[in-house]
Amino acid sequence: MSKSKGIISQVGEATARIFQNIYGLIEFTGEVVSGIGDAFRHPSRVRWRETISCMNRCGADGMPVVALICLLTGVILAYHSAVQMHKFGADVFLPALVGCTMVRELAPLMTAVMVTGRSGSAFAAEIATMKVSEELDALTTMGLSPVRFLIMPKLIAMLCMVPLLTVVGDFIGIAGSMGVGVMELNMSCETYLQLTRQWIAPKYVMEGVLKSFVFAWLITVSSCWCGFRTGSDSVAVGNATTRSVVTSILLVVLGDAFLAKAFSVIYEIAD
Amino acid sequence: MENNDIPAIEARSLTIGYGKRVVQKDLSFAIRSGTITCILGGSGCGKSTLMKHLFGLYRPLSGDILIQGESIVSASSEEDRHRIMRHFGVAYQNGALFRSMSVAENVALPLREFTKLKEPEIQAVVQKKLQQVGLDGFGSFMPSDLSGGMVKRAAFARAMALDPAILFFDEPSAGLDPISSANLDRLILDIREQTGATIMIVTHELPSIFTVADRIIMLGAGAGGIIGDGSPADLKEHTDSDFVRSFLNRRTGDPAADMDNARS
Repeated sequence: MSKSKGIISQVGEATARIFQNIYGLIEFTGEVVSGIGDAFRHPSRVRWRETISCMNRCGADGMPVVALICLLTGVILAYHSAVQMHKFGADVFLPALVGCTMVRELAPLMTAVMVTGRSGSAFAAEIATMKVSEELDALTTMGLSPVRFLIMPKLIAMLCMVPLLTVVGDFIGIAGSMGVGVMELNMSCETYLQLTRQWIAPKYVMEGVLKSFVFAWLITVSSCWCGFRTGSDSVAVGNATTRSVVTSILLVVLGDAFLAKAFSVIYEIAD
Repeated sequence: MENNDIPAIEARSLTIGYGKRVVQKDLSFAIRSGTITCILGGSGCGKSTLMKHLFGLYRPLSGDILIQGESIVSASSEEDRHRIMRHFGVAYQNGALFRSMSVAENVALPLREFTKLKEPEIQAVVQKKLQQVGLDGFGSFMPSDLSGGMVKRAAFARAMALDPAILFFDEPSAGLDPISSANLDRLILDIREQTGATIMIVTHELPSIFTVADRIIMLGAGAGGIIGDGSPADLKEHTDSDFVRSFLNRRTGDPAADMDNARS
């Protein structure tokens, strides 16, 4: 029977593994960046048909669930805010609170979480299955770059579709909150929309859209990376999928925190 | 034109493995052009690993691999390495067809990526290759719609798409019924006859070996190196190794003694 390892060596091994993973992810990100450069230099070498099919799966197919989640998020946020704000006679600030929160934070974040669950996990599972069935080896021996062949279509599709889904999420989240404003606070639709327009500056919408580009990048790269570094059996495919969802959501939330601070600094400087 | 004096594949003092684990060491052999060579050995002795090193998927721990006289190990750049790799086609054990593409698209992929052929010409080549492997009319099928034997045939067609000089087949008969397996053996012989390609096969199937192989290279367990090298008939009857003789005559033996023999 093997002797169990001491806590110090376990901590040491876990730490080394974390740093190896970070190094691996950075190295992989470099390969993807180089792949993007290659795609710009030789656009005809991008698999456009696969890209469009991927756009369809990430964007059009994901639209209903993203819309539903953003609608419910808008409704829940508006409902809880309305109850509190009404006590202070601050009803008129409901569109500002919900609108700004939706476009700056919640629509990009909820969209990213849903896209991670739908598309990120699918990317990881697809690539991991290809690795198990030696399709990645076949690509390599044919002299084809897995980054160009597999990741570029997914990355281009995600960079196009996640911001679009986010903008749709913005509108639907605000529409949900407007429903609460109309029913709970007896505001008219016109008033609600007018107040929303008054409070939501274009820069806030741009902030949300820029965030969604970053989230699309993080989700695609981390999910594909989890797929590539999977083991060689079917259990490993499941593990890769789980790891991709956890890693992507973690990176999205970390990225969001960093960007929230970065944008507030930018606004301060600009003002 | 090919120079027949230069071996199609040559391994020089090759040590292969993963990380620090040595799977086989000090392997040296040369494969003549136009021959069919089978790599044999017990389960886990490193047959597929050797093949993956030969076609450049992994780098050896030491030693050199020459493909038609050019070293794939010390190729000066990645482009150079890929140029050498285009000398061969590979059919993997489970076919490794891209499941998001139809059979015809799988076969057309190397043609689209590495040739300047126009689409009608690509379609004509695809049609010809599918006919050659007996899959005429199955081009529009997805890999998931094919039987195991048909997937392997489609993988053969993709491996042959660029008319490579060398073909590697990893366990082509594994998991097939005896008739499909015999048909695949016939196909391998036909491919050699029609294309003159050098073919290297990893397999366990004795009937296949005796049908197609010109030469057998047998690997010993536990990094035992090459324990048998010769024609199937020679090795079956005249080898010094009891393990090789038992293996080729499908005789039972004491597994522990077999392992020791295999290492000797």
